[in-house]
Amino acid sequence: MRPIVRHQYDAVIVGAGGAGLMAALEASKGCRVAVVSKLYPTRSHTGTAQGGIGAALGNLEPDHWEWHMFDTIKGGDYLCDQDAVEFMCREAIEVVYALEHMGLPFSRTKEGKIDQRRFGGHTSNMGKAPVRRSCYAADRTGHMILQTLYQQCIKRGVTFFDEFRLLDVLIQDGRCCGVVTLCLATGEVHVFHTKSVLLATGGFGRMYKVTSNAHTLTGDGCSIVFRRGVPLQDMEFFQFHPTGIYKLGILITEGARGEGGILRNGKGERFMERYAPTLLDLAPRDMVSRAIYREIREGRGIDGKDYVHLDLTHLDPKVVEEKLPDITDFVRTYLGINPVKELIPCQPTAHYAMGGIPTNIDAQVVMDARNTPLRGLYAAGECACVSVHGANRLGTNSLVDIVVFGRRGGRRIAQEAAGGEFPSMPAKPEERALEEISRLTSNLGGESSAKIREELQQVMMDHVSVYREESGLKEALAVISGLRSRYRRVEVGDRSMRFNTELEEALELGYMLDLAWATTVSALERRESRGAHSREDFPKRDDVNWLQHSLAFGTDGALRLEKKPVTITKFQPQERKY
Amino acid sequence: MKIEIRIQRFNPEQDQAPQWRDYAVEVEPTDRVLDALHAVKWRHDGSLAFRRSCAHGVCGSDAMLINGRNRLACKVLVKELKQPITVEPMRGYPVVKDLIVDMAGFFEKYRSVKPYLINDEPEPKTERLQSPEDRERYDDTTKCILCGACTTSCPSFWANKEYVGPAAIVQAHRFLLDSRDQGADERLPVLNDTSGVWRCRTIFNCTEACPRGINVTKAIGQVKQLLVKRRTRSRKPS
Repeated sequence: MRPIVRHQYDAVIVGAGGAGLMAALEASKGCRVAVVSKLYPTRSHTGTAQGGIGAALGNLEPDHWEWHMFDTIKGGDYLCDQDAVEFMCREAIEVVYALEHMGLPFSRTKEGKIDQRRFGGHTSNMGKAPVRRSCYAADRTGHMILQTLYQQCIKRGVTFFDEFRLLDVLIQDGRCCGVVTLCLATGEVHVFHTKSVLLATGGFGRMYKVTSNAHTLTGDGCSIVFRRGVPLQDMEFFQFHPTGIYKLGILITEGARGEGGILRNGKGERFMERYAPTLLDLAPRDMVSRAIYREIREGRGIDGKDYVHLDLTHLDPKVVEEKLPDITDFVRTYLGINPVKELIPCQPTAHYAMGGIPTNIDAQVVMDARNTPLRGLYAAGECACVSVHGANRLGTNSLVDIVVFGRRGGRRIAQEAAGGEFPSMPAKPEERALEEISRLTSNLGGESSAKIREELQQVMMDHVSVYREESGLKEALAVISGLRSRYRRVEVGDRSMRFNTELEEALELGYMLDLAWATTVSALERRESRGAHSREDFPKRDDVNWLQHSLAFGTDGALRLEKKPVTITKFQPQERKY
Repeated sequence: MKIEIRIQRFNPEQDQAPQWRDYAVEVEPTDRVLDALHAVKWRHDGSLAFRRSCAHGVCGSDAMLINGRNRLACKVLVKELKQPITVEPMRGYPVVKDLIVDMAGFFEKYRSVKPYLINDEPEPKTERLQSPEDRERYDDTTKCILCGACTTSCPSFWANKEYVGPAAIVQAHRFLLDSRDQGADERLPVLNDTSGVWRCRTIFNCTEACPRGINVTKAIGQVKQLLVKRRTRSRKPS
């Protein structure tokens, strides 16, 4: 029998990336909080963010939070909820200063202020010209945010349960009352009884073959609450970052283009001139990724193959070495290429889920098209959908999102803990989690997680990536359905308790199958092209029918879609040109 | 290409002692050792346990002993290594399973140096100013990803597990040289202790092991200098 250990905390945060740690810092000021994370906190994926965090500080040239707001909404192809975007862009400024006060080692201007660089889709005066808005620490801004927040959590004495995996979120009588987790080192099941849970479990790029995402980004939190009846919002919008290292998918920051890098096709042409005459290589990511796919399809990839070049060779070698040291190192390590002198082979790489668990501006999870909150459950960061990114996220805004809404959520769970009793718990809270584990570890079905995962990643890449159309999406759906039934026969050979990483991978595959299903069905239903969702059979944006969020409910083995209105305050939808 | 890889396996639930197992796996020449470990796990033996996450040398999960040297499995290409490639857990911490070691002791040392900015002055409305030159002084040590490659390659640490170790000193350095930090009085006594920086014998294993290219030995030297300066200063009559 697997030992069961029980805990009680005012609040539990699941995930220890930027959103989870920011929430923990705030919540710990007002209540007893525990942070549960399947990784040691400093291993979280926030640490791989490179180019910067956007905030209209105006340290180098005039800037305004309202311009940031406009860019974010236009970049999101008008699917963003504008009240949430306004809140985020206003708070961004204060929160960047707060990070600096915590010790974040930003790169500096000559005057000693936080330095800022250009980034895709960020402009001055509502689209006039690129603006320096991205606050950065060389090309390891995410690493410095993660380290700084973790350092502050240590200073404050936050309680961490490191290497504890989320297995279930407990909901009783319409209220969240706890989580069930697996201690990886021992195999014990730990049940947390709590007044509120904040999920900060990150994205799920690993459902694609070529991705910038860590192996551990498998959408655990999104899938687990989806199984408990929470809808997933805007799942059809998955961002492909234009510059992944060819075949490996490792990210090369947009900051490389912010510093002056240029994309070139097989003929050596700066092809972005044809697609975005004003912003050129600094157009938003969805447009640049589509442009690369077009060039490749029309035979203008490098040597006719499926990649293009990122050219940094005209830049001052000092800029490359000092402002982009990490990506220089990646390119040298993995490709044996010196980016100061040679061109870097790139292709779009699955990068970011705009969709996720629907939340309101207080990071509360909402359950339907009327935004009814589910008491006691919160989400922030990539696993959540506020929605500040709409149909396409701008570079630097993921880091803004995690710190702004992590902080907001942390404050709310502290308030919720201050008043009120602990909610009642189900009689056997761990039952469902134990059943799932026991099914996987006693199966003799002979199916392999690794094989199913490979097939899933391939079909998602082939049919649910940058360009989509009906027949491909239908084919993907059929394949995913087949994989879901094969998944029931997955066999975990390792029956041991400690660090059963084979069991972990099987659980994670189950989560990704859910999310791929929701993504594909949502993509099939949305008969228009908007932001990162580009339908070849419906190439135009259709505001009459589709200026709407989508909600996917997965109850009783079927998937049901609903629409939800978009909140529009300041900026009416316009044609999106750069 | 087909490669030979020898992995040290150990599951204390079942095994008396660690043992070597040999695998032959198919990989691409451009693959990393991490890909080879995945090839073993996904095609030969699912029970093989190791930590990994980002797979490009930033998260610090997969430091291990590869052909006798501490490296990140995701940052070394198989084609650069002599075969059979040998893979073992890092030395000096208890093995939990296969390539996974218990890092509790490592992070305890990390915490002991107070790895956070200490500055009790009221916060300004905007940023605290710091010149690019002052920012540059501690740039190198901000790169640390806490993977443990340096500390577990250090003979002084192997000899005395109380030694605070290079990784914790790197973290202390990052704050001691930050013009915004005022925590030297709290941090330096820990480093001046018998288990502090003086245990470093400048063997340079740490610097060679660091996957982030941090000049660890130089950072330790600078911390030693700070301690010497401080001692000299405190001897002068006031």
